[in-house]
Amino acid sequence: MLLIGITLVAFVVTHLVPGDPVAANLGQAAVGDPAAVAAFRHQYGLDQPLPLQYLRYLGDLLQGNLGISEQSHRPVLADLEEYVPATVELALFAIVASLVVGVGLGIVAAAFRDRWPDHIIRVVSLGGVSMPVFWIALVAFYLLFFRLGWLPGGGRLDPAQVAPTHLTGLYTVDALVHGQWALLWSAVRHLVLPGLVLTIYTVGMLTRFTRASMLEIMGNDYVRAARLKGLPEHVVILRHVLRPALISVITVAGLAFANLLSGTVLVENIFAWPGVGQYAYHSAVNLDLPAIMGVSLFIALVYIVLNLVVDLLYGVIDPRIRLS
Amino acid sequence: MTESPLPPPVPALAAEPLRRRRWLRVPAPWRRPLAAVGVTVVAAWVVIAVFAPLIGPDNPLAQNYAILAAPSSAHWFGTDELGRDVLSRVLSGARVTLPLSVLLVILAMIIGAVIGAAAGFFGGWVDNVLMRVADLFFAFPGIILAMAVAAALGPQLRNAVIAVVVVSWPSYARLVRSLVLSARSAPYVIASRMLGASGWRVLLTDIRPNASGPVLVLAALDLGNAVLLLSGLSFLGLGAQPPTAEWGAMVAEGAQNFNDWWVGLFPGLAILTVVLAFNFIGDTLRDALDPRTARAVRLS
Repeated sequence: MLLIGITLVAFVVTHLVPGDPVAANLGQAAVGDPAAVAAFRHQYGLDQPLPLQYLRYLGDLLQGNLGISEQSHRPVLADLEEYVPATVELALFAIVASLVVGVGLGIVAAAFRDRWPDHIIRVVSLGGVSMPVFWIALVAFYLLFFRLGWLPGGGRLDPAQVAPTHLTGLYTVDALVHGQWALLWSAVRHLVLPGLVLTIYTVGMLTRFTRASMLEIMGNDYVRAARLKGLPEHVVILRHVLRPALISVITVAGLAFANLLSGTVLVENIFAWPGVGQYAYHSAVNLDLPAIMGVSLFIALVYIVLNLVVDLLYGVIDPRIRLS
Repeated sequence: MTESPLPPPVPALAAEPLRRRRWLRVPAPWRRPLAAVGVTVVAAWVVIAVFAPLIGPDNPLAQNYAILAAPSSAHWFGTDELGRDVLSRVLSGARVTLPLSVLLVILAMIIGAVIGAAAGFFGGWVDNVLMRVADLFFAFPGIILAMAVAAALGPQLRNAVIAVVVVSWPSYARLVRSLVLSARSAPYVIASRMLGASGWRVLLTDIRPNASGPVLVLAALDLGNAVLLLSGLSFLGLGAQPPTAEWGAMVAEGAQNFNDWWVGLFPGLAILTVVLAFNFIGDTLRDALDPRTARAVRLS
């Protein structure tokens, strides 16, 4: 349902607006030539009525055909297969890092409620939420790459290196599995800078939410009971408060992951990371309709998978859900 | 009795601070330090936006100076790739970002509120259709949808604003719908209906005043996001076009000339301070509300 809905929204948004893909994709000279324009329109089915175009798209979709990109002149599916793993690698790195840091900081803030660690963490996390991600990417790029030279500034590998033997498309995983240590080191080093920037982008949200839901749970009677029976504070916090709090943290982590995908558009742009974000950007700017639809579908798919993962994690955390 | 060592009578003691407090009366939420900082910063930016041509040392569009000069006493923030004074451009950028972000939040709020109210009040298939549509828009990551809309309409500041509105309205629709749903069965609404008030009249005169608080909080929280999204679109070249002095576009210029750090650093700091200030205010407002509503706002 969601998949079809998303294709419909993407289709309507991109097709009903005045932007003309012909002008965006054919050169100046060709636009003046009616025959070339008509050929282009015919090739991509743009000369047919919209509802028919949409039905045709759905029909092709059922056969796993996402259409041909008007820009790369390759099947959109092939384009996506190339770009998706890069973004997945980046987003996974960032979400894991921001979960570790965000939940950690949230625990500290909740444990020290209204004392100075809490105040500092709250202000810092608000700062993280308020930071324009494209700007922090630029600052990180300037400092860590250009000034200090600690980390490479763009791409997934050094220019001279060849991608590790293909398995998952995640360079770090592929290199690890195949024991290509030099490549692994390089892939990790390239991943760190854009990954860190994205982490800054989401960590504030997770910190704030962890703190809020822990504080809510700390008001429960069973927490007081745990304290009164003499459990050390860290046991109370980690075992009796954190676990139930994680349920709502995980819900937000799903949202944060979706947020990350937005962030990748801007971050990939700066770090020349060949992922879906850049692909989305270039197809949007060039009004490459099949590609935009493809990206939208990919995003819808991510949402569905994400919801599934979150539901499964609920069960892991809360045995009552597992039983029912 | 000569002079008494006693302190002055109690009423005098109490009257003095009372009178002073009345003069300095500031509503409780604004006395929190974060809110005070936020309000001060926003006020400062508003003043800058209004008086930018008078405060700024130079015309933000004039290409009068050596290109890419480092910050100096003549140009505190340096000059950019066309020899324009970065300080003047940052100051005048406030005239673009502040009014537009307020405008687009108001637009999103109105659109979202009308749709949400209709869905909540009429229920049935109206509710179903409207909310499914809202969900679909909600499911798209903000900037990707905004990017598609802005690109489709053509790269212009006006279209970027439209794009951000398209992205932002669903959260208002959801919130207003839930508020209307809970108000619909309240005794005062039922009483009003029994007196013969029409549906829209009940919505506007009875429910609206009761729902406006949480909606305004959401709007305050949303302002920062609006600034980020709008400047993000401009950064991608889908918003403000050159030579407009817009912060996101200026950071993009800085990315082109990244070894001249001042070109991109200062406009980014401007965005950061404005968004941070908006978030300080929004956060305090939310905390000031009852925790339950606060949670509903955060989740929506």
